[in-house]
Amino acid sequence: MAETVLTNTGQGAGRLPGWQGIAADWASDQRAFKNVSWGKAMMWIFLLSDTFIFSCFLLSYMTARMSTTVPWPNPSEVFALNLGGKDVPLILIAIMTFVLISSSGTMAMAVNFGYRRDRVRTAILMLVTAAFGATFVGMQAFEWTKLIMEGVRPWGNPWGAAQFGSCFFMITGFHGTHVTIGVIFLIAIARKVLRGDFDVERRGFFTSRRGYYEIVEITGLYWHFVDLVWVFIFAFFYLW
Amino acid sequence: MVDVPYDGITGIPPAEVPEVELYHPKSWWTQYVFSQDAKVIAIQYSLTASAIGLVALVLSWLMRLQLGFPGTFSFIDANQYLQFITMHGMIMVIYLLTALFLGGFGNYLIPLMVGARDMVFPYVNMLSYWVYLLAVLVLASTFFVPGGPTGAGWTLYPPQAILSGTPGQEWGIVLMLSSLILFIIGFTMGGLNYVVTVLQARTRGMTLMRLPLTVWGIFTATVMALLAFPALFVGSVMLLLDRLLGTSFFMPSLVEMGQLSKYGGGSPLLFQHLFWFFGHPEVYIVALPAFGIVSDLISTHARKNIFGYRMMVWAIVAIGALSFVVWAHHMYVSGMYPYFGFFFATTTLIIAIPTAIKVYNWVLTLWRGNIHLTIPMLFALGFIVTFVNGGLTGLFLGNVVVDVPLSDTMFVVAHFHMVMGVAPIMVVLGAIYHWYPKVTGRMLNNVLGQFHFWVTFLGAYLIFFPMHYLGLLGVPRRYFELGEAAFIPPSAHSLNQFITVVALTVGFAQMVFLFNLAWSLFEGEPSGGNPWRATTLEWQTPETPPGHGNWGKELPVVYRWAYDYSVPGAAEDFIPQNQPPTTGAIQGAAP
Repeated sequence: MAETVLTNTGQGAGRLPGWQGIAADWASDQRAFKNVSWGKAMMWIFLLSDTFIFSCFLLSYMTARMSTTVPWPNPSEVFALNLGGKDVPLILIAIMTFVLISSSGTMAMAVNFGYRRDRVRTAILMLVTAAFGATFVGMQAFEWTKLIMEGVRPWGNPWGAAQFGSCFFMITGFHGTHVTIGVIFLIAIARKVLRGDFDVERRGFFTSRRGYYEIVEITGLYWHFVDLVWVFIFAFFYLW
Repeated sequence: MVDVPYDGITGIPPAEVPEVELYHPKSWWTQYVFSQDAKVIAIQYSLTASAIGLVALVLSWLMRLQLGFPGTFSFIDANQYLQFITMHGMIMVIYLLTALFLGGFGNYLIPLMVGARDMVFPYVNMLSYWVYLLAVLVLASTFFVPGGPTGAGWTLYPPQAILSGTPGQEWGIVLMLSSLILFIIGFTMGGLNYVVTVLQARTRGMTLMRLPLTVWGIFTATVMALLAFPALFVGSVMLLLDRLLGTSFFMPSLVEMGQLSKYGGGSPLLFQHLFWFFGHPEVYIVALPAFGIVSDLISTHARKNIFGYRMMVWAIVAIGALSFVVWAHHMYVSGMYPYFGFFFATTTLIIAIPTAIKVYNWVLTLWRGNIHLTIPMLFALGFIVTFVNGGLTGLFLGNVVVDVPLSDTMFVVAHFHMVMGVAPIMVVLGAIYHWYPKVTGRMLNNVLGQFHFWVTFLGAYLIFFPMHYLGLLGVPRRYFELGEAAFIPPSAHSLNQFITVVALTVGFAQMVFLFNLAWSLFEGEPSGGNPWRATTLEWQTPETPPGHGNWGKELPVVYRWAYDYSVPGAAEDFIPQNQPPTTGAIQGAAP
């Protein structure tokens, strides 16, 4: 029997509102989160764990930045691009952020079309999302190259505290890895959507579990999380 | 707890959890090696953890030989001694206890106890084991690389962990950190499975408040591990970058081997904060499954319901939550801001409240129970006294003013070995004696078991009690040899010899236990499905050992909590969780 078929167990109507409802769900048998599939629950809990990883990275960065005795390089100058003879601060990172946030929009649309079982549009929107993601990583590679050319290294840089380069490469690198993994998953799932795997509930190659359109949403959860993390990295690294 | 009906006629609620589509193995390889069955994965986890645990046991013998008879054994030099200490600690805490409780007992017991056919994502569960195995192999490989394993102490504090004075600076520390990162990745895959299985895949009638405490303990510990391991992950990545790329996250500028090092501007304290934000919850990641399992052992073998079930559950949850705000009590002497000590001492002592509730409830469960002194019960009793003992010295060390002079002495060694070494191991051993019949269908030999228990229990006390005294004398920990020091009397040296002899004896008793495990597999008395006459679901499986999918055609339906022992008026002194209420007993409203 299908996992996601059971989205309506007939219990929804009698459910209590607010905290009472939550308490009743947790006190009930079988499921603590009613109508939440295993895959979705697992992704949420994974994201909670991943939140702790990014929090630790960002807190470590803040500690390093606050405790260093050497001046911290000025982000407005370091991350400026020379366009038409003028230094424009934060222009690249603004475009990168815009691209990544836009990809969240296309992802949300893909989820919507997925639940309408619109194969082609779902797949196209997922591929557009993946393209935005790849663009983001590409621009990040450009930014890395530029900074490396200017002499920034993980162990030092021409402008101040050595921890600037260490934190920058480590945190954006870790986030970029997340984006890259997301792009790979988006392409893999888009292929499944386009092939009609989720219409015929074809079994996965590795897991031999049946596939559902909900997988598009679960991939979306991951993608939105990665975008959200970027907002924090952007705020703490570039705007501070 | 009364029997709670649902609709008055069938007494059972409609199924919300769908039948799992099990992966059916097609060959010997997918059945026993690359298996997706949680029970096989559990055994793989347990055997791997025990194998690497034996290495750590041998390391402890070597350390004791050196401490008891310094200068006698030419094959142990000072660097090796530090390497033994480091590897012993790291293996025992992470690769043995964490993996055994969560990967081993968790995998075996969670699906059976909640009435599921398997974990929710068996393929991911399988990957979890193989990544864990890889982590163990990377760890073990450090014994064979140039320079040997790292000797930085299990806490791996920078700056010394990656400086050239420390053994294993070339390869050991790099592989150790890589192995930790792998372990965390592997654990996360398994841990997500355990949590989702408990939350979303229980059988009909199994509410959270009917779960056996074993599941509560493992579940809470897994949630904690998913939130605490990230800090170790981040710390390991950053230390690895410091070592390999020359970043200075944790490295201040300092003189190394007479030369100014390339490092500068980093904060060693930051690593300690990250490490102990993981490290203290880790203590309870090991302890909470032990708390849960021991509750079930005591209730079953005293034929009495657990005292204060709800308080036991809330105490587990409270300990889990509190353990995230106490980490800096490991850092009183680190040079952190002194007023932090005040805050962390307070939170540390507050943990004593839920912990004491648990201890009282165990004792009150025993009170006027029909106590069967079976081997699992003996180990459970051994756990209680050992844990109380280790917990009380924890109250000493939780206070800043007492901790500062006792820090880095043998008193600390005695404390944490009692509370998170011996005590959880007692539960592991008791649990093995308890569930071995379910896993194999045969009982472990009782005479060998008695020998094993008494030597282990008395031996543990003879080893660690004198260490408290040594610590009060001021004998430091982690020292290769004590040498001539005015404050260390000759009696301390003879006490060290005594401890070494006992430690070797206790080690020998574990070999007897291993022999028992192997021998009983073939020659043990057949146990039947429910030798302890226990109520929980894993004892009610149609087959013993449980078959693929655990439950035959129909999933069990749960009608009662896990502790209906010696119910007045019942035909037997236990009522299994899946036994329907007798006619006329259905009364009351929905749960």
